Amino acid sequence: MTNALSSIKDELIKLVEAANDLGSLEAARVGALGKKGKITELLKTLGTLDPETRKTQGAELNVIRDQIAGAIDAKEATLKAQELHARLQTETVDVTLSPRPVSKGKIHPISQTIEEITGIFASMGFSVAEGPDIEDDFHNFTALNFPPGHPAREMHDTFYLPDDKSEQGEHQKKLLRTHTSTVQIRHMLKNKPPIKIICYGRVYRSDYDMTHTPMFHQVEGLVIDRAIHMGHLKGCLADFCKAFFEVNDLPTRFRPSYFPFTEPSAEMDVGCSWEGGTLKIGAGKSWLEILGSGMVHPNVIRNCGLDPDEWQGFAFGAGLDRLTMLKYGIPDLRSMFDGDTRWVDHFGFDPADRPNLANGVKS
Amino acid sequence: MKFTLSWLKDHLDTAKTLSELTAGLTALGLEVEGVDDPAAKFAPFKVAHVVSAEKHPDADRLRVCKVDTGHEVIQVVCGAPNARTGMKAVFAPDGSYIPGTDTVLKKGVIRGQASNGMLVSEKEMGLSDNHDGIIEVASDVAIGTPFAQLFGLDDPVIEIKLTPNRADCAGVRGIARDLAAGGHGTLKPLKTEPVKGTFKSPIGVDLKLPGDAASACSLFLGRYIKGVKNGPSPDWLQKKLKSVGLRPISVLVDITNLMTIDLNRPLHVFDADKVKGNIQVRLAKNGETLAALNDKSYTLTENMTAVCDSTGVLGLGGIIGGVSTGCTDETVNVFLEAAYFDPLRTARTGRALQIESDARYRFERGIDPQFTHDGIEIATRLILDLCGGEASDVVQAGTGPAWQRTIAFRPERTKTLGGADVPVSEQEKILGSLGFKVEAKGSKWTVIPPSWRGDVEGEADIVEEITRVFGFDNIPAVSVLADGVTHAAETARGHATRRARAALAARGMKECVTWSFMHHDHAALFGANDEQGAAALRLSNPISADWDQMRPTALPNLLSAAQRNADRGFGGAALFEVGPAFAGVKPDQQKNMAFGIRHVTAGHRHWAVANNARHVDVWDAKADALAVLETFGVGASSVQLTREAPDWYHPGRSGVLRQGPNVVAQFGELHPGVLTALKIDGPAVGFEVFLDAIPAAKKKGTAKGALVLSALQPVKRDFAFIVDVAVEADALVKTIKLVDRALITAVDVFDVYMGKGMDPGKKSVALSVTLQPVEKTLTDVEIEGVAKKIVETVVAKTGASLRG
Repeated sequence: MTNALSSIKDELIKLVEAANDLGSLEAARVGALGKKGKITELLKTLGTLDPETRKTQGAELNVIRDQIAGAIDAKEATLKAQELHARLQTETVDVTLSPRPVSKGKIHPISQTIEEITGIFASMGFSVAEGPDIEDDFHNFTALNFPPGHPAREMHDTFYLPDDKSEQGEHQKKLLRTHTSTVQIRHMLKNKPPIKIICYGRVYRSDYDMTHTPMFHQVEGLVIDRAIHMGHLKGCLADFCKAFFEVNDLPTRFRPSYFPFTEPSAEMDVGCSWEGGTLKIGAGKSWLEILGSGMVHPNVIRNCGLDPDEWQGFAFGAGLDRLTMLKYGIPDLRSMFDGDTRWVDHFGFDPADRPNLANGVKS
Repeated sequence: MKFTLSWLKDHLDTAKTLSELTAGLTALGLEVEGVDDPAAKFAPFKVAHVVSAEKHPDADRLRVCKVDTGHEVIQVVCGAPNARTGMKAVFAPDGSYIPGTDTVLKKGVIRGQASNGMLVSEKEMGLSDNHDGIIEVASDVAIGTPFAQLFGLDDPVIEIKLTPNRADCAGVRGIARDLAAGGHGTLKPLKTEPVKGTFKSPIGVDLKLPGDAASACSLFLGRYIKGVKNGPSPDWLQKKLKSVGLRPISVLVDITNLMTIDLNRPLHVFDADKVKGNIQVRLAKNGETLAALNDKSYTLTENMTAVCDSTGVLGLGGIIGGVSTGCTDETVNVFLEAAYFDPLRTARTGRALQIESDARYRFERGIDPQFTHDGIEIATRLILDLCGGEASDVVQAGTGPAWQRTIAFRPERTKTLGGADVPVSEQEKILGSLGFKVEAKGSKWTVIPPSWRGDVEGEADIVEEITRVFGFDNIPAVSVLADGVTHAAETARGHATRRARAALAARGMKECVTWSFMHHDHAALFGANDEQGAAALRLSNPISADWDQMRPTALPNLLSAAQRNADRGFGGAALFEVGPAFAGVKPDQQKNMAFGIRHVTAGHRHWAVANNARHVDVWDAKADALAVLETFGVGASSVQLTREAPDWYHPGRSGVLRQGPNVVAQFGELHPGVLTALKIDGPAVGFEVFLDAIPAAKKKGTAKGALVLSALQPVKRDFAFIVDVAVEADALVKTIKLVDRALITAVDVFDVYMGKGMDPGKKSVALSVTLQPVEKTLTDVEIEGVAKKIVETVVAKTGASLRG
């Protein structure tokens, strides 16, 4: 390379390096590689040279052009980065300010429990059945083997409505169902066994104090087939409680009890501890009553038009509110029905937080 | 049902510990509700010897005592006047809980002298109000003797929850019998030898019941006992009754209470000198009165069982006795009654008069009819032993109910129904131990329940008896499994409920569960009035008028909840509920609905969002209603909007959404008059979606249908029209859409303006129209053509003018 070429190159590169903004860099580029730039001008002179010189000088000029172009690209990148940096400095905002508000909805814990329980029993092959809240004497009591005048009938503290004169006999006497067991009757009257259902819903008893509300919720189950026995009752309900409380080694205990519509009847307890004054469901020193159950009384099966020598099975019922309170540590039943937004925010569930059996029943 | 361990052991010979027995009771179905073991409470307190008691150097009334506890000699400062050298007293060490003062004892220094415990008074032990001095213990009692033992307070009290079927266990002996059957001991024999009467009873008995009420009292035994001496009971009897919370009255009364609790055999004792003529049992006459032993007076009705003499009613059979023939300390001749009263009639009478008595509790559950004879003999013996006197022959009317029955039982049912593999011999043994007789053998047995088990009616009951004694815990558990993979278990209604819930929560609303009933005045504001048959939905026996009408909607409940939140300082509640509303008492008149309200403000003020704290408005409620419909695939374009929302909405700010003939939703601002009547601050908006009225989506398989995407870009053009205020935006939108249904894919109103610069009665509506070319890009000429047609059509159809 001739000295002349070498010094032109150095001069041009110096101009590029000296550029301190994109404007002066563009001027340097035009001065070197533009239509009338120094390198462009030199390239234009190549045609006047003899072939040998043209070849060597052409090659040298191309190298110089590429070097300058490379320097310009590098400088441009640096300047752009500097410029962006400077702009960002001016764009600072107070990120401690709150973002645009979106109000958060919540689903009531009772609804969450209903979905969890439905999912668990669905996985055992149960379907959901339904019945009305306003019932009659037949479905709520007589069909369920509550003898007329029996103290057990009175224990239910029933709300009554005026008689429905358009109905006959016991169907005239309207009441608010005291238990979801009415749905057992409605379902058996309409469907042939085998039967495997749960139902849930509102029930009503005339009682209001610290631990009772005139309206609460129950979940009920019924399995009718030819060979269902107490062992199935135990297995099904123990499986359910383990899944529901998400405690795999949950101890369960069945005690003989009494319900007019089951024989034998059993109450079920789950293990718990009260250490430190807090209830924990699981293996522990104490037992906690969870639900009532039993083999469906032959009279109930008969009342539904089925032959108790052919069909038998078990039924169970539990307080949904109580199950919810126990699982989620809700201390006061009455707070369930108050609609205090602070309560719903605390004990409620995000609509994205739906029970999912693939993860226990957690969302 | 309460009893003490020692009382139980009067009937049960057992070596089992308290905890074994309580576990056994629960396993048999006699659920132990609680065990009060006073010995545990009094465990720290023991007899100690006061080695010396000297005057406190700095306090005249205090003494510094050296107390020998058997382990060590401890210094105690004592203020009791009777603390003296050489006495024995009850010592409470540091850290003991003092029941009488509800405090925990702590070491201290009293006027310079260390005090490391306390010598206690009866008051401090919670035994009496005596605080004159510390308890003095006889000098021959050994140091270290537990206080509880010394005072006989070491008898645990067991309380069981008796299920209504187990009437037989309403007496201690019945409980002992069950425990014996369960292998927890041996039932001791009961002395029932008859007392020979020495004279004929001067009072006779007579059942004067009509044929259809003969069961009211089917057996009445009586006995005259002359020359008794009434007064306070002996200590053992008083202590026994007190131990289960009964107040001793007089020995005659206490004997009847003892018989009730001990043997489940309620009795009555009349002062025979106050009885006029013979005793007769008859149905009461309407309006007859009884001054009862509980110091209350009752007016009777004709279905009640009255025990009478020639002057009138003496007592209510099976429930309570009367004052007129009650025993007093002056009583010398008595007439003892042991009868069998019908459970149903007893229950009804007790309920009607609201009398809770130990007798009613037992008769209404059904006592052992066969035991009536033994009962009167045992009671006679007790009276003679404790009160002296001379007994007559027993007089009897009636023969008692026919309790004997046989039950066909297949022992295989213990396995096929009870799930328990119990050998046949074991089954027979269990039944025998419970008092059942097994007559035939083989695969079909004939079982005769004992007289005290009126609850056992059929084969399933026998299975229960065998399995409960065998132990429910010993029945192997069998899982109930699904037939393959989980199928759809939800009902359409349950599915709709779940979807609506999720949609509304996703819109920022909070779910509530509110009562199914409300005050009838509130319900009336929401359509539950007399013309609508509200009377059929009014509770006959509400807890209060606030909860007496089945709800026609949940809106008032939600509004009240929002107001409660506002009153607590948390305004702006957005609440929803998915649940029932009642249009009548028939099952199909119960509607499943989604309800929601938004109260006063839509949000809080926010630096980045202008007007974030604006008032809620009808469009909030409309969006909520549409969001619910959307989850069922019912889009805004597939419902028709009309204006005739019901009365509880603002007439100009409300709407009804229909699908064909069905009203699927209604929404709007709540009527200010309704809010005032409910004492709710306004404004508030709400909606009601009739979930049952939304037609179920047609099953089309799971595929969603092909997605057709245009390769051509849509074109947007904006228009602003000036129209009369009365012209609805929807009319403009629909008019524009009809200009070219294929090309125009969206019409959005983005501005509505009234006011300055606009003639009165006019408004400007600005719309953005989206044109989606299908086959080829639109030319400018084509776009202008459509735009021109849009303007012409809107002007022609709505009387609009294009805004300049």
